[in-house]
Amino acid sequence: MTDYSLAELVIVACAQAWKDDGELMATGIGPLPRLGTALAKVLYNPALQTTDGECYYGDEPVPPGKRTGPVVYEGHANYDRVFTALWGGRRHAMVGPVQFDRFGQANISVIGDHQKPKSAMLGARGFPGNSVTHPNSFFFPNHNKRALVEGEVDFVCMAGYNPARYVGGKPPKGLDLRIIVTNLCVMDFGGPDHQVRVVSLHPGVTFEEVQENTGFPLARIADDIPTTPAPTEEELAQIARLDPNNVRATVFKDNPPGVRS
Amino acid sequence: MSQSPQNSPNPRPLDKRMSAAEVVAQLEDGMTIGIGGWATRRKPMALVREILKSDLKDLTIVSYGGPDVGMLCAAGKVKKLVFAFVSLDHYPLEPHFRAARQAGAIEVFEVDEGLFHWGLRAAAMDLPFLPTRIGIGTDLLTQKGFEFKMVKSPYADGEEFVAMPALKLDVALIHAQQSDEKGNLLVTSPDPLFDELFARAAPVCYASVDRIVSTADLDIEKNARFTLVERARITGVVHAPFGAHPTSSAPEYHLDLKHLKTYVDSAASPEAWADYRKSFVDVSAEDYLANVGGADTINALPRPVY
Repeated sequence: MTDYSLAELVIVACAQAWKDDGELMATGIGPLPRLGTALAKVLYNPALQTTDGECYYGDEPVPPGKRTGPVVYEGHANYDRVFTALWGGRRHAMVGPVQFDRFGQANISVIGDHQKPKSAMLGARGFPGNSVTHPNSFFFPNHNKRALVEGEVDFVCMAGYNPARYVGGKPPKGLDLRIIVTNLCVMDFGGPDHQVRVVSLHPGVTFEEVQENTGFPLARIADDIPTTPAPTEEELAQIARLDPNNVRATVFKDNPPGVRS
Repeated sequence: MSQSPQNSPNPRPLDKRMSAAEVVAQLEDGMTIGIGGWATRRKPMALVREILKSDLKDLTIVSYGGPDVGMLCAAGKVKKLVFAFVSLDHYPLEPHFRAARQAGAIEVFEVDEGLFHWGLRAAAMDLPFLPTRIGIGTDLLTQKGFEFKMVKSPYADGEEFVAMPALKLDVALIHAQQSDEKGNLLVTSPDPLFDELFARAAPVCYASVDRIVSTADLDIEKNARFTLVERARITGVVHAPFGAHPTSSAPEYHLDLKHLKTYVDSAASPEAWADYRKSFVDVSAEDYLANVGGADTINALPRPVY
C-alpha cells in the first residue's frame, strides 16, 4: 500500500468539492483547500479558475508559499471584479471558520459579546455575501467542540440553514452549503432538514470519535460509513508538483500519516 | 514670488499641492473619515501618522482596515469604526484593533466587504441606500448600534432585501503613485481597490502621492486606464514619497514585512507603543524614512506572496 499523509488525504477530499462545478472561480482559503482547488483543476475539472491569492487568475494553479518559477496569468481578479463575479454566483469557496454550528452558520468575527468581545478576530470579511450568493464548503484542521460548537456560533458571519433567521420563511436565495472536510472525516448537509451528516471517515476514525468531538448531533450516510478514499499514485504525484514548497507538511502537527498507526 | 492677479492676463493656475500638516489642519473632531486602500495595500499612512500627531479626537473611521485603523485605535483617536475586517494580511490579526475592541473602547458598525462597497457606492450616487441580499441570515443585521431596515422589491418578485445605508464621509484620505499639481491621479497598482468610491463618497478628498509630475508626464493617452477619478473630486495632493509605507504602493514599492513585525510588537505594552511612536510617528517625514531604513531599502523590498 502507498504511504500518504493526512494532509494529502485531506487535499484529495477537498478537491472533490469542485469536481462537478463546471467553469467557475474556485477559492480555497488556507493551504490544504487551496491545494484542493489546484488538484481539482489539473485532474478533474480543467475549466476551474483559480487565483494567485492576490489579484490575478493563474493559467496553472499558483503554488502556496514562495514562487518556484515564472507564473503565467490568465486574468485579472481585482476586488471590485471579484465581488461582481461572486454576486453572479460563479464561485465555490472553501473556508476555515473559527466556529461552525449545526445550521452551517460560521463565525470569524468575535468570540463573546460583539460590543466587548473576549477575542476580536478578523471581522465578517466577505462571509455574509459569500454565503448567500454562491456555493460554500468548509475545512477544519482540528475537529473539536471549540470549532464545531453546541448551540449557535457567537456571531453569525455566514448564513446557514436556520429557519429562525430566514426572511419570508425561505432559506436565503443562493444559500448552498456543500461539504465539510476535517482532520477526522468528510461531512455534508444531506441529513433530514439539512442536518450535518458524516459521509466518510478517514482511515482508523470511528463515527463515535467524530460525534464525541462535535457539539451537535450528526447524521450518518449509512450504518456502515465508507472510508475516505486514499489518494491515488497520480493524485500524490500531482500534489507533489503543485506544492513544491511542501507547505502541506506544516498544517497538521508532526505531519501524521493518512492511516493511523 | 507670487504674481499679482491684477497684472496677470490669466487667473492663477490650479495648484492643489498641500503639506500633510495642512491637510490635517482641515480636519475636525468628530468627523467621519474614509481611508482608502485595503489591509496592507496602499494606505495613506503619511496622512494617518499626521493625524496621530494632531489633537483630533472622536473620529468615525470607515476603512478596509489595516495598520491605519490599528494606529488610530492605539492613539485613542477612534470613537467609532465602520469595518468589514481589520487585518495585516501576513499577520492576520491586527493587535491594536484587537486591544481596542476587547477593551470595549470603540463603537463599531460591522459590515461585509461587499456591503461596505455598496454603502460607499450609495453615497457616491447620492442615494440613501442600495438593496442587496448580503447580510440576510447573519448577525450583521442583529448587531447593536445599527438597525438595518429591509426593503421589498416593487416588482412582481416581491423579494425582500437588506437596505444597505449610504456610507457618507466627511473626508476621504487615499494614496496614489502619481499626480500632477491639479489632482489628476494615477494609480498604477495591480488592484485599484475602492479608492474611486471613497473619493466619490466624500465632498472632500485628500491624496498622498509618491510623486508629483507634470501633466504631460502623466502620459494620459497611455495611462488612461490607471486614472482614478476626475480631478474635481480631489481637493488636495500631498507629496509624500513612500507615503504608503509600511503598506505597499505596488508596483513601485512593496509591503515591509519586517517593519510590520516591529509594528505588531509595539502592541505588547504601553511602553512598546511609546517607543514605536518615538521612532516612527512623532518624527519628521525625513526622519521616518531614515528610521525605516531609507529609500534604497524600501525600493528593494521583495514582492510579497499572498
